Amino acid sequence: MLIEYVPLILMVIVGFVLAVVFLFAAEWLGARRTTREKQTTYESGMIPVGNARQRFSVKFYMVAVSFIVFDIEVVFLYPWATQLTTLGLTAFIAVIIFIVILFAGYFYELVKGGFNWD
Amino acid sequence: MSLTFIFFTVLAILAIASAIVTITARNPVISALSLVFHFFMLAGLYLTLNAQFIAAIQILVYAGAIMVLVIFVIMLLNLGDEEKLKEKFNLRKVIAVLLASVLIIQFFLIYLLTRSGKIEIAENTAKLSTVQSIGQVLFSEYLLPFEAIGLLLLAAIIGAIVLAKRKLT
Amino acid sequence: MEELGWILLEALIKALVIFTLILLAAATLVYIERKFSAFIQNRIGPNRAGPKGLLQPFADVLKLFMKEDIVPDAANKNLHRLAPIISLGVAIAVYAVIPLGSSFELAGRTIYMGVAPNVNIGILFILAMTSVGVYGITLAGWSSNNKYSLLGGLRSSAQMISYELSMGLAIMGVIMVSGSLNLNDIVIHQSGWKWNVLLQPLGFIIFLVSAFAETNRTPFDLPEAEPELVGGYNTEYTGMKFGMFFLAEYGNMATSSALIATLYLGGWQLPFNPEWVGLQEGSVWLALAQFASIVIKILLLSCFFIWVRWTVPRFRYDQLMNLGWRVLLPLALLNVIATGAVMFLI
Repeated sequence: MLIEYVPLILMVIVGFVLAVVFLFAAEWLGARRTTREKQTTYESGMIPVGNARQRFSVKFYMVAVSFIVFDIEVVFLYPWATQLTTLGLTAFIAVIIFIVILFAGYFYELVKGGFNWD
Repeated sequence: MSLTFIFFTVLAILAIASAIVTITARNPVISALSLVFHFFMLAGLYLTLNAQFIAAIQILVYAGAIMVLVIFVIMLLNLGDEEKLKEKFNLRKVIAVLLASVLIIQFFLIYLLTRSGKIEIAENTAKLSTVQSIGQVLFSEYLLPFEAIGLLLLAAIIGAIVLAKRKLT
Repeated sequence: MEELGWILLEALIKALVIFTLILLAAATLVYIERKFSAFIQNRIGPNRAGPKGLLQPFADVLKLFMKEDIVPDAANKNLHRLAPIISLGVAIAVYAVIPLGSSFELAGRTIYMGVAPNVNIGILFILAMTSVGVYGITLAGWSSNNKYSLLGGLRSSAQMISYELSMGLAIMGVIMVSGSLNLNDIVIHQSGWKWNVLLQPLGFIIFLVSAFAETNRTPFDLPEAEPELVGGYNTEYTGMKFGMFFLAEYGNMATSSALIATLYLGGWQLPFNPEWVGLQEGSVWLALAQFASIVIKILLLSCFFIWVRWTVPRFRYDQLMNLGWRVLLPLALLNVIATGAVMFLI
């Protein structure tokens, strides 16, 4: 019921509110002696070259996509895992088929070099 | 006023506000982040319906996985430039208005049809929406759709690889 | 409505107590880390502030608060401020579902040790919050508009999401054994030395490795690999904003230790039958003894984290990704199937 989740939600709110308090305390308490040099982007003491927001490798995108697919797989298995014994063998075989189907995808990605990082 | 009602009102207002920020913000990263916030509010709304599993999944999958991909793509394409995002083609606006009006009509229909009776969560929902009961139903009655989801996810992986590999070469 | 008021009051007190405990834990861990690393490297370590340098972490925090808050001109100011809030907020919020003891009776109310240890979706809540924690790091990297930060943030988020999968699958083994997502139930299921580590040895190892990767600790501290990335995603943070990331990191270490203890090492269970020493079920003393039990487990596991950090060298990034995707993920899937098969055969 909803009332069981009230403490949980409260804790999340408390956590973020205290984090905000920390942030404002940091900004309020800290010394302020700003110079232009201090405000530049740190690049090992050199004058920064260009903008940091450049396009980066598509591999990170591949990791995120694979993550979504397998994450959804994992999520679908949670309800089964809680009911393992009551559901019986049929459900277990169904889950194995499910995992095998996804493993085919995993294998395809492996062969195509989706997990290669070079 | 019941606890559920207070919860619903606060969450609904915040959800709508964050949705508006999502579509009006100029910076795509802020847009994406307010969508994440919106998903949190949606998860809260699911809790008011006793759908705990769906609430957790809403955060786990949408906020934790899909929006991470969206943020990655925003950074990947370096969409800092707001000028490029301006809409020039008008057909989309027409469709948007049409869909919005359908939604408003739907709201009124639901309101008119259910005005007589007080809307309450059905007796069984509290029992039906736990993780355990979802497992019971999904792995007995809906076994075939479950396997179909497996095939769908397989197609998603293959599609992603084909797209990414074509981009690389 | 009066009942709701009591629940809110109880939860608020617990939340503040737990917040204080997290801060204390972080301070203790920083001190232990510095002393332990000094011991390993044959140094003395902090010994000026207070006896044996015990006040060093507090001096550090005080110093961090007084430091100038520098935000680079090129940074996206508001997102730059938001990132540490997400990191720290998530690190605190996760503690809501971790049970720190069973329950005790006080003035006719049953009080559970923990803010909400009995919610039905405990584990899913933890996984959900950790997956949101990725934003803090990604945003810190992106908003700083610094090349080191961006690379560190990206690496870190890719690493975290990769290992989250194996973590989720390793937890699945525990759920299959105990049949519940409720963390308190999982602990109760392990009573009488039926620790899950004995039933799920492979799952335990997978979870341990993933926990190291999730907390960005060595050998997986690629996001802040000093020789190549300066400080990683928090390069452009100064003062207490940097301190917030630091706090979150140590808080996460304590969380991971608490999770490992809860899921695999019997949680708050005492290593003997509490009635032998005359502790009654539902008494405050038993609850305190159980609290001491889990705190000791958390401290020992944290020491293990620290020990590994100062012993094992850092991975290369491709090795890290290979380990996550090619070794741990298939192994974790295998663990799920094997657990299921064993459960049906017996």
